[in-house]
Amino acid sequence: MAYQADRSQYPSRRPDGSLDIDLSSGKYLKLWQGPQHPGITGNMSVELTVCGDEVVEGKTHVGYLHRGFEKLMERRTFIQCFPIVCRICVPEPDFNEYCYAAAVEELAGLEVPERAHWIRTLILEMGRINSYLMYLGGQAGALGQGVIGQWTTYVRDLMLDRFEELSGARIYHMFIMPGGVRDGLPDGFEQRMEETLREIESTLADVKDVMFNNAVFKKRTVGLGYIDPAIVDQYGVTGPTARAAGVAKDVRRDQPYLVYPELDFEPVVGQDSDVFTRADVRRRDLLMSVDLIRQILARMPRSGAVMAPLPNVLHWKIPFGETYIRGECSRGEYGYYLVTDGSGYPRRVNVRGPSYTHAMALLERLIVNCNIADVAALMVSLHTYPPEIER
Amino acid sequence: MSLSDVLSPFSAWKNLFRDPVSIADPLNDRPGAPRYRGFHQNDIEKCIGCGTCEAICQNAAIDMVPVAEMATKAGDSGLRPRIDYGRCCWCALCVDVCMTSSLSMSNEYKWVDHDPEVFRFTPGIDLKHWDSTKLGYRRPEGHRLTGNERVVMGELAPEARADSFVEIVAGYDLEQAKLEADRCVSCGLCVATCPTHMAVPEYIASIRDGDYEQGVRLLYQTNPFSNVCGRVCTHRCETSCAARHEGDPIAIRWLKRHIIDQVPHDRVKQIAAEGRVNEPSDHRVAIIGAGPAGLTAAFDLAKAGHGVTVFEAQPAPGGMMRYGIPEYRLPYDKLDEDVDVIRSMGVEIRCNTRVGEDISIDQLREQHDTVLLAIGLHQGRSTRIPGSEHQDVVSAVELLRRITLGERFDVPATIAVIGGGNVAMDIARSLARMQRQQHGQVGVTLVALEAEDLMLADREEIDEAREEGVVILPSRGPRQCLIERDAVTGLETVHCVSVFDEQGRFAPKYDESDIQVHDAGLVVEAIGQAADHAFLGESLTEALEWERNRIRIDAEGHTSESWLWAAGDAVEGPDVITAVAAGHRIAASMMSAFAQKSGRA
Repeated sequence: MAYQADRSQYPSRRPDGSLDIDLSSGKYLKLWQGPQHPGITGNMSVELTVCGDEVVEGKTHVGYLHRGFEKLMERRTFIQCFPIVCRICVPEPDFNEYCYAAAVEELAGLEVPERAHWIRTLILEMGRINSYLMYLGGQAGALGQGVIGQWTTYVRDLMLDRFEELSGARIYHMFIMPGGVRDGLPDGFEQRMEETLREIESTLADVKDVMFNNAVFKKRTVGLGYIDPAIVDQYGVTGPTARAAGVAKDVRRDQPYLVYPELDFEPVVGQDSDVFTRADVRRRDLLMSVDLIRQILARMPRSGAVMAPLPNVLHWKIPFGETYIRGECSRGEYGYYLVTDGSGYPRRVNVRGPSYTHAMALLERLIVNCNIADVAALMVSLHTYPPEIER
Repeated sequence: MSLSDVLSPFSAWKNLFRDPVSIADPLNDRPGAPRYRGFHQNDIEKCIGCGTCEAICQNAAIDMVPVAEMATKAGDSGLRPRIDYGRCCWCALCVDVCMTSSLSMSNEYKWVDHDPEVFRFTPGIDLKHWDSTKLGYRRPEGHRLTGNERVVMGELAPEARADSFVEIVAGYDLEQAKLEADRCVSCGLCVATCPTHMAVPEYIASIRDGDYEQGVRLLYQTNPFSNVCGRVCTHRCETSCAARHEGDPIAIRWLKRHIIDQVPHDRVKQIAAEGRVNEPSDHRVAIIGAGPAGLTAAFDLAKAGHGVTVFEAQPAPGGMMRYGIPEYRLPYDKLDEDVDVIRSMGVEIRCNTRVGEDISIDQLREQHDTVLLAIGLHQGRSTRIPGSEHQDVVSAVELLRRITLGERFDVPATIAVIGGGNVAMDIARSLARMQRQQHGQVGVTLVALEAEDLMLADREEIDEAREEGVVILPSRGPRQCLIERDAVTGLETVHCVSVFDEQGRFAPKYDESDIQVHDAGLVVEAIGQAADHAFLGESLTEALEWERNRIRIDAEGHTSESWLWAAGDAVEGPDVITAVAAGHRIAASMMSAFAQKSGRA
């Protein structure tokens, strides 16, 4: 089902270009979606102007979750920033740890041991699975299918168990440190991970049957929230959202990092660029991550150092420099821009979270002419995490 | 869309026939993983209260607090970390950085209480049921956030130094010093241990910052003998260094030396003179003995504007630093630099002036407001074994003094040294050098009463002496000096089974069946020294209070006579840095006495 450019209800524009919405006419209604949204779009809100049940304008409002991490880090030593960064994106914190650590390592000239690269890649793929599982539950839930969330939460919990035994924590792992990773794999980890991966595959088969091969889901999502491939680059769209539009962008392949050059994979690409395709691309990407984890566990070195020797971190100073480190997270390109000035504190840390572009400018465009009932599904389909918008 | 899309979702009903996956009682059935970062544990016996956990905590969740049952002792601040779970983020950096691995995290993660105050607790002190839990996050092996290996100090190889009095230790270069300074965690346990409480973390920080003048400034706040102490200090600070628990202690002594070596001598003089009082006071102080105690007191008093005259019996100032410590450990020109700074404060040092011969103590008392006795221990003790009264049985201090004075004397090809302390090593190594110069080979045998691991000398002194060819025989007691035709021919020793009795008193037990004779044309006794108090005169000796052959002093170094203070080895001991601390204490005590007197007048 192709995108219908039906603009019949769209208000006309005033000479200055603003929308001609006369609220006193009784034709329009203001409606707030969020910020206490029970779905997975988190604490952001959209100010909707509706005409009947159709949205004519949507303005995104963020700021409900602002914690000032970037500024906070300017007053923390380099090692003290390490426990902070993971909080910038709660459901998939590991990309913050990786990007921050890699940026610090580059500027401080640390050589990370090979084994740490493998463990880092493993952790990032585990985090990606978690993130997608959470997304699938949210996407189905936004359309009233609560059971999918229950199933994915169960297997996500199994993956959190693996995180717990590997890193010592379930959510904020704080395991990828500047210099490497804290420790190697615990005994028997591979076998338990394999059991978890099988459970995930079997659950995903059920999800496919119940969520994707579902007349209601298709009816609601096919054709919804079409993103023109032509605007993908203009809007800075990355990740599965771009791949669902047929643009095969994947940082793992385009600008390889860690051990991705040694792994065998192809970016998962869709065509129709609607909510259904985006969900399906993510489901297939999740299965690809399962495969990548198997590859990593089969090939990673079992012995050797996992940490580069660090200078005394209590007064660690890093020379002048700036760098940008990127990685492909479950939402798209995740990046850290780090500037150092020779002192013991970062001069500037700037986090490039894909949610920023997806949830704000892109959503404002997509939401127009959307049915109110579909707004939640549309928001979720962009897979945004407001914590990384407000860092 | 097809018919299967309508039917497929009903496959969800198969779950009706499955068991639930949730855990019925997660609070009890679900322990944390073996690496879980749960509630803290602290082995308070291992903990030294260094506070690195507090320093690294980015949430300020840790406070070092005094604990009722913990006492402050050497190498232990007596403080223990108190953790506020309202702030903790469970990152475990505190565990990673812990210098003794005392801090860890259990895998316990459930703690329910109605009182928010209890979540601020001191692990190990406020007892918890998880204190003995074996599982939980421990710092993984090899995972260190602070350097644990000392930067190796360059030294002359044994063959290069064995026949020369050239300084052995090379000193750190800039890069090495920075690397070594980087390891310091700035806990300050060393400051408490140092007798004169040098600002160690701060001056080490000045090396990291490359601000050596600031370093010198900090050194001179507490110690005018940085050239000396940077070379020969007994560095008790390094025995309390937090880094020693799981690695090498910071080379504090070498870093001190590095700072003072980097700044030109004239600039050192300027920095030392900062804050000097320029209006002279009318108080006059006489100091007997130009050793570390006397000269430190002289430095402080002169800097405060008082008139100070130091009387020294020997031809050059320095006391034991010059006449006791061999040149290969402390070059004389470095000692001269320290003394020159002190002189530049306006201190007058009268050498070759022996009190009791060249000037009497009564004259000193008449001409000055106060007098300080800082005479040191320059008389060697004798073993009093048969034959020890022979002229070729000499004391180590006597011999060391003659070497410093530059007397050329012939050393015999074989020498026996009695004693296991640093003085014994000093004389054995000095004589070994002279033997190599005169005979081309070493023939020094050193016998010590104590067993190898109980010998009083520093480990590196023993090792280096052996490297230079000195034969060291522990657990041997001297029995007699063998004399044939009026010449010493050897030393007879007996195996020593134990040195102290059960009460810890000195009562050596010997195994008479194990007797050895060591060839020796010279026997050197290095078993301790005594002070020569003869110059005090009868009436003053009578008037003073004594304590086991030492003048009794109070906490400020004041004797029972109001005009007389005493300091240094003669009353306290045992090393340069203690004498420096005493010098400061005496100067402060005298100045408060001056202030009281002026106040009354």
